[in-house]
Amino acid sequence: MATSQAIIVDYQAGNVESVQRACHAVGIDALISADPDLIRKAERLIFPGVGTAESAVNTLHKTGIWDALLDFADAGRPLLGICLGAQILLEQTEEGDQACLGLVPGHCRHFRFEDAALKVPQIGWNAVHFNTDHPLLHGIPTGLEFYFVHSYFVECVHPSHVIGETTYGDQTFASVIGRDHLVATQFHLEKSGRFGLQLLANFSKWDGRYVK
Amino acid sequence: MLSKRVVACLDVKDGELAKSIKFVDTKTIGDPVEKAKEYYEGGLDELVFYDITASSDKRNIMLDVVSEVAKQIFIPFSVGGGIRTLEDIDALLRSGVEKINVNSAAVKHPALINECAGAIGRQNTVLSMDVRRVESVASCPSGFEIVINGGRTPMGIDAVAWAKEGVARGAGELVVNSIDGDGTRDGYDILLTRTIAEAVPVPVVASGGAGHPEHLREVLTEGKADAALVASMVHYGDFTIRDIKRYLHEQGVKVRLEF
Repeated sequence: MATSQAIIVDYQAGNVESVQRACHAVGIDALISADPDLIRKAERLIFPGVGTAESAVNTLHKTGIWDALLDFADAGRPLLGICLGAQILLEQTEEGDQACLGLVPGHCRHFRFEDAALKVPQIGWNAVHFNTDHPLLHGIPTGLEFYFVHSYFVECVHPSHVIGETTYGDQTFASVIGRDHLVATQFHLEKSGRFGLQLLANFSKWDGRYVK
Repeated sequence: MLSKRVVACLDVKDGELAKSIKFVDTKTIGDPVEKAKEYYEGGLDELVFYDITASSDKRNIMLDVVSEVAKQIFIPFSVGGGIRTLEDIDALLRSGVEKINVNSAAVKHPALINECAGAIGRQNTVLSMDVRRVESVASCPSGFEIVINGGRTPMGIDAVAWAKEGVARGAGELVVNSIDGDGTRDGYDILLTRTIAEAVPVPVVASGGAGHPEHLREVLTEGKADAALVASMVHYGDFTIRDIKRYLHEQGVKVRLEF
């Protein structure tokens, strides 16, 4: 079987090397790049990210990666967003009232709890319940735990874009989202043990087709 | 619902796994990479390496160990011990850690916490604090005092005040280490952990004194910790990570069981 190739988008938003190491562990030939042309032409794209949405979006504009991401998304090849990368696929985030890529209808909101025992950010392992069958989830049982670190959560406009859900406190939110050839996880699959690696391996074999 | 985390801490000295009792009597007890892998495969939720290498010329050994671990282990991974500058942090990040624990250097130079959070984000900035019990005095009303330099230097700083300052400066998580408990396996300092956990809005990792899975249950419930750190009790083979998590599950503490 030919090795799958991927470009990991580097826009100074977090530890892209962890994602690259996880890719290598499952046989994906992953290259870290900030070059808009390479991003446009990628066979498949991984769009990670940690940090604040504001500075991330500013960097994307400044580097020309923003337009490259929009062009890539138009081309129909598979894209995987991770954490902040997932949030930036939406239309808008409450974090700095920032306009995002608008590739998936929806927005991000900040966790707000009455109960002071619920710490924000949510840091730790939480269960992901699948709403639907998606090629990314192949061989992964529903209800397993993945590793989360985030203060903002995703709300999709269309229920059909919510592939997996997680509950923190009394807040249920979309933890795996997707439409067509775009898919994204709020959790860090590169830090979620064997099943996180399985998701990554599934992504590397996915042809980008998903109909719901 | 969020699971409680079981975190293993490996003290690394000159590239070898070491363990101290009350911060002295350090012995080397094995290969840190092998141990870390064993714990990962047994369902560990998070890994911490603590560099206790004394001489600075041997510090690069640590980076090699870190980079070897990062290639094989896919759970949250942090490193602490002797981190003083952004250059130290940068070298560790490039070797494969994503979370950084600052400790003594942050007490001496608190802006290090701000710098670290600015460089790698709050969620990856962990303030590790070594604490001992003292008489409650005006300068230290909680009766918990910050100690630095591996437990050798009491600072006269109140641990609760320092925890709050650390969070205000950008720490996204606290490791609260009881010096009195270190390596004793007599149990965590429940009062200390709960006092800090109730004082800050960020997750607290309890550390120092774990010897039996029951100690973890206590600190994760009564102590209000979000995570519990283990060392001796797993390093010497008395318990496995699996044993600990099964026990916690049976006692009604939510932990990650499938991995």
